[in-house]
Amino acid sequence: MDTQLPPLFKRGPSPLTRLVFFTLLSLLLFVTDARFKYLETFRLSLSVVIYPLQKLATAPGLILSRVSDFFATHTYLTDENARLKQENLLNAAQLQRYQALEQENNELRQLLKARDSFQGNVALAEILYSGRDLFSRRIVIDKGREDSIRPGQAVVDSIGVIGQVTRAYPLVSEVTLITDKDQTVPVQVVRNGLRAVVFGAGEAGGLELRYMPVNVDLQTGDQLVTSGIDGTYPYGLPVAVVSKIERDAAYAFARIFCTPSAGVNQHRQVLVLTSPTRAPENLIADPSSKTEAKTKKARRGN
Amino acid sequence: MSSQAAKAQEILLPVKTSIIVLSLALALFLNLLPWSGFGLLIRPDFVALILLYWCIYWPRKVGFATAWGMGLLMDVADATLLGEHAFAYSLLVYLAIIVRRHVRMFGAREQVWHILPILLVSQLAILLIKVYNGAEFIGWGYFLSSVTGTLLWPALSGLLAILLRLKPEPEQI
Repeated sequence: MDTQLPPLFKRGPSPLTRLVFFTLLSLLLFVTDARFKYLETFRLSLSVVIYPLQKLATAPGLILSRVSDFFATHTYLTDENARLKQENLLNAAQLQRYQALEQENNELRQLLKARDSFQGNVALAEILYSGRDLFSRRIVIDKGREDSIRPGQAVVDSIGVIGQVTRAYPLVSEVTLITDKDQTVPVQVVRNGLRAVVFGAGEAGGLELRYMPVNVDLQTGDQLVTSGIDGTYPYGLPVAVVSKIERDAAYAFARIFCTPSAGVNQHRQVLVLTSPTRAPENLIADPSSKTEAKTKKARRGN
Repeated sequence: MSSQAAKAQEILLPVKTSIIVLSLALALFLNLLPWSGFGLLIRPDFVALILLYWCIYWPRKVGFATAWGMGLLMDVADATLLGEHAFAYSLLVYLAIIVRRHVRMFGAREQVWHILPILLVSQLAILLIKVYNGAEFIGWGYFLSSVTGTLLWPALSGLLAILLRLKPEPEQI
């Protein structure tokens, strides 16, 4: 049936040999990429190749939003203006209170000879697009190594923590959201100071507190903030609110579900905390201590 | 589509490398659009479809190396484990090479029944790699992408055939 001439000179090895060759090559890449981190530079150079395409691909959406901004109606703008003025007033009042508190705090810290843990050096970044991998929750932002963004830095919005930079390319960087499966954030309960680690649940964008005993002192509505123990996230940023607790004596641990405080899936702009947070020195001699392992996990982002 | 013979004649026309590169770049661009939510779930893998087309009709020009390279680019763009898409696309090329002579005897609508299993197998390869690395299965909706890709196949292959025929080829015939 085939009208094409059969190839007279067979070129190269058979398809099956080629398949085996490329499969082995892929396997080699899996292992090198997953177990060792040698391929980051390779990834960086490839990312520069597709950067123009990536930028181009996000352009239509951007143009659309710019155009709709341009045609925003007058009433909408006046409404927004009024609302913003009101908000501004409220914020100003709160800011005054905050400034007073900060001053008081500084004085107290000086008295204690303590150093302030977080200087507040931030970079404003815009979300280019959310990750196209259905199995993980990541976003890509438009700031990279050029803007002193490094892997491990915390990413926040106006309310609280949304994630952590896991890969910094020259011009863009990749942020793993706290809701990504097994992404960990060390937290503290505001009400009673209980320390815990919150895990991303993966599906449906929730969070989970694991390994808490059944009789743990937690209630629905409890606020969780970063504990600052890991040296990655500064102390006191809101992370989540406990939404549901299942206590079943048949299991060793309670199942505690939380919802993120920050708009993990909502904003266009995010803040990256670029100032190096001073990691507390490891006073415990044993390197395999729990805190260390946790920190490493949180830094690696997976 | 006219007769079988005319079709075979078209297949023999040489295709410029620039067209292949352009089509692959366009497919990559379509994949890189900021898809999200349900749109992402049903997004056909344009790169896989284009690779499949060239592998079935011009296997000399597009083969394992091209597919593997495109897979690497997809891995970097999607920030997945390096080699994931590369492996899936090489598998796709292998299956395409095996069935291509058979597939070319059918019209675009009948070809669909060959395209669907190939796309499913390559998606299954990605799924297995992900699950092996600790991801959770996100439900059968995951395979919707193959279904939409298959539905797109007749339109895509028709469009490419028309585009290639429109191209002036003075030295030919």
